[in-house]
Amino acid sequence: MKKAGIIMVIGSLLLLGLFKFPLWNIMLGAPQYPDPLGMDIYINGIQGVKEFDLQNIDGLNHYIGMKTIPKPEEMWEFSVFPKVILGMSILGAIIGLLVFFKKISYTSILAWFILMSFLGILGMYDFNNWLIDYGSNLDPHAIIKVTNPDGTPMSYKPPLLGFQKLLNFDVKSLPHIGGYLMFVGMALTLVAFWIGRKASVRKTTQ
Amino acid sequence: MKNIFKLSIGFLMAAVAFTSCNDQKSGQSGALRSSNAEKVYVAPGEHDSHYAFISGGYSGNLTVYGLPSGRMFKEIPVFSQFPTNGYGYSEETKPMLETSYGFIPWDDSHHPDISQTNGKLDGRWIFINGNNTPRIARISLTSFETEEIIEVPNSAGNHSSSFITENTEYVVAGTRFSVPIPQRDMAIKEYKGNFKGALSFISVDPEHGHMDIKFQVLMPGFNYDLSHPGRGKSHGWFFFTTYNTEEANTLLEVNASQNDKDFIAAINWKKIEEYVNNGGGTMMPANYAHNVYDEATHNATSTMKKEVRVVNPAEVPGAVYLLPTPKSPHGCDVDPTGEYIVGNGKLSANLTVHSFTKMLDAIENKKFDGDAYGIPILKFEDVLAGSVEQPGLGPLHTEFDGKGNAYTTFFISSEVVKWKLGTWEVIDRKPTYYSVGHLTIPGGNSREPFGKYMFAMNKITKDRYLPTGPEMEHSAQLYDISGDKMELILDFPTHGEPHYAAAIPAEIIKNNSRKIYRLAENQHAKKATSDADTKVVRDGKNVHVYMTMIRSHFSPDNIEGVKVGDKVFFHITNLEQDFDVPHGFAMIGANNAELLVTPGQTRTLTWEPKQVGVWPFYCTDFCSALHQEMQGYVRVSPANSNIELSWGLGEE
Repeated sequence: MKKAGIIMVIGSLLLLGLFKFPLWNIMLGAPQYPDPLGMDIYINGIQGVKEFDLQNIDGLNHYIGMKTIPKPEEMWEFSVFPKVILGMSILGAIIGLLVFFKKISYTSILAWFILMSFLGILGMYDFNNWLIDYGSNLDPHAIIKVTNPDGTPMSYKPPLLGFQKLLNFDVKSLPHIGGYLMFVGMALTLVAFWIGRKASVRKTTQ
Repeated sequence: MKNIFKLSIGFLMAAVAFTSCNDQKSGQSGALRSSNAEKVYVAPGEHDSHYAFISGGYSGNLTVYGLPSGRMFKEIPVFSQFPTNGYGYSEETKPMLETSYGFIPWDDSHHPDISQTNGKLDGRWIFINGNNTPRIARISLTSFETEEIIEVPNSAGNHSSSFITENTEYVVAGTRFSVPIPQRDMAIKEYKGNFKGALSFISVDPEHGHMDIKFQVLMPGFNYDLSHPGRGKSHGWFFFTTYNTEEANTLLEVNASQNDKDFIAAINWKKIEEYVNNGGGTMMPANYAHNVYDEATHNATSTMKKEVRVVNPAEVPGAVYLLPTPKSPHGCDVDPTGEYIVGNGKLSANLTVHSFTKMLDAIENKKFDGDAYGIPILKFEDVLAGSVEQPGLGPLHTEFDGKGNAYTTFFISSEVVKWKLGTWEVIDRKPTYYSVGHLTIPGGNSREPFGKYMFAMNKITKDRYLPTGPEMEHSAQLYDISGDKMELILDFPTHGEPHYAAAIPAEIIKNNSRKIYRLAENQHAKKATSDADTKVVRDGKNVHVYMTMIRSHFSPDNIEGVKVGDKVFFHITNLEQDFDVPHGFAMIGANNAELLVTPGQTRTLTWEPKQVGVWPFYCTDFCSALHQEMQGYVRVSPANSNIELSWGLGEE
């Protein structure tokens, strides 16, 4: 049970990487931008990959009527997400310690994982909603209006995950270090659960 | 006249004798040609391995090329007004061209040299001389813009310049023409004994590169043609070739070609520096401009300096010696070890090489052969290291590959000759097209040359390219010198009249190249860093427009209340912070030029409206898909109108 507790603590603490590293990254390359523009999405705000990337993305987007990239104070997510992550990380660490000292059952680990996955999916859903709004809620006086073949306005929504061509831009959207640390951390909690279960099963069969 | 006749016959014979050599130009086989093509082919999107900074000669500027492709990347305005970007026209850059003679819009730029640390190219700055109105410029190799120009007083024909010592302690500028010092009204024929040649040692601040004339050595009235620093063992010395040691003042082509030997002047600048640091020399009244461009304020300022320290070499024993060198030597080149000093006697059949060690020995043993105005003359035989016998006709300049070989250009026989230092044997010769002047090996003026490429810059183009009328750009040839034999691999045109060039491996500087100026660091007094800062202010007849530019509009773009007789200053800030998004500004009827404003920069164009009407301005640099929409209007009312100033953007 000790091993499961330790792995649980490590796994949940890896979430704290999100305070240092970006969760997600979107890169925008174009013929005119052989050195692509990029945004790093942190749980507490969006930053440019290079110093002036956000300013330059906003500058280009004004042609097609997109809103500027939100500042941290403009989206509630950027104040709530850090609290959720910090809370889940601490909760996970406490669960790990309690499992370590055999105060509670290893099944709490699974409960934590399910809660975290639920919150994660909610977060992704919310993020995707923002991307849809960012890409399609356009200024009606936009300088350049592009329509789909059926006459509806074209959406500039970047992909949630993967690659997409948007006008002259090749857009690439992938998790970044913080995101990978979170996935590894969550995977570790599953490992902790599995180890805990194995130990528990061994005990009962003995 | 008899001498001219003899000389011409000699040149004619030379031309005949070397005709056979020139026939090689079409002699390459197909296979060889295709392998040469591979050597210079830089695939689309790939970068050259070297930068070459080629002087523009009478263009007054400096051009930037890539090697081995021979592609030109940029022309850096230095001593000449440049309407292409407004250099020398904008209020910010006009002070760069101020001199004691007033505003000078042009010069003749000759010899670029890259800064060094410990005898190796460090790629921080490049210096170049203005020959006609003596000046030295320093150009940043991060912004590739001219940052500083200092005028050189007491000098005329600033030709034995601008060569730097191995830690960039000094950039050295010698006068080609001797003149009365101080200048005065006197008979020209009293030249002899009265005119002086000033050799200026300009200190370079190791941090910022700022230049200051530390001292001038007032030498006898010879012509100081070219120079190079000692290096390694000879660091602390500087060598100048001289001609006209006859001190003739008329028909120099004959009268300055009489002496069998002229001199290389060896200057122990460390000794003079010490003398000066101890209060030696005298401050003499002078008047010369010092122009400095400040990257933070985006402004140049010009200040007049009023005195300069001069040193009489006769008063500093052991500081200056004269090395007899045959026949009006032109180039003065020092090998990478600092031991050999090559005097390219342009009218001599042989190439003379002096030994630094033997020179020191002769000085120590006081083996003098008289003196010139108190400066000891050493004996030719005592300082001679050796001669390259009959290598060609009209030697001008020598560079080194760092592998013990030297490469000398021969103007009259139009060729480059490779020879071995120490044995003085000729290894190879290749024709040039035609009448080569300087040649350059990257790092050739340093302790560590990069001996892969050599290029020769020619004075005559003739049939090398498609004809373009009587005036043509000059031709240059690039040779692969990595093997025993030189191989001609590329022929490319150069801009203006290149004299010397300096080249450097690209990796030393390319990553330092600036992309934008940070708007947050812009300290221009008339900047506007956001729409809120834009305004139009009247100050008597002067109207100041604080304007911004960003894709794809000017702010403000409608201005009213300007009157005939006003002087309008457009202070324009480019708000972009994106690489390679300059905007241009052109105003109808402006009597100067356009402005090209790079991201984060502020530039000012002055316009004096002369006619009533509504006059447009526009962006000249195709900046974006809506570049054609980037325009505006200024309403000009009669001088007596009482329309108030107003301005706006986007108000219908």
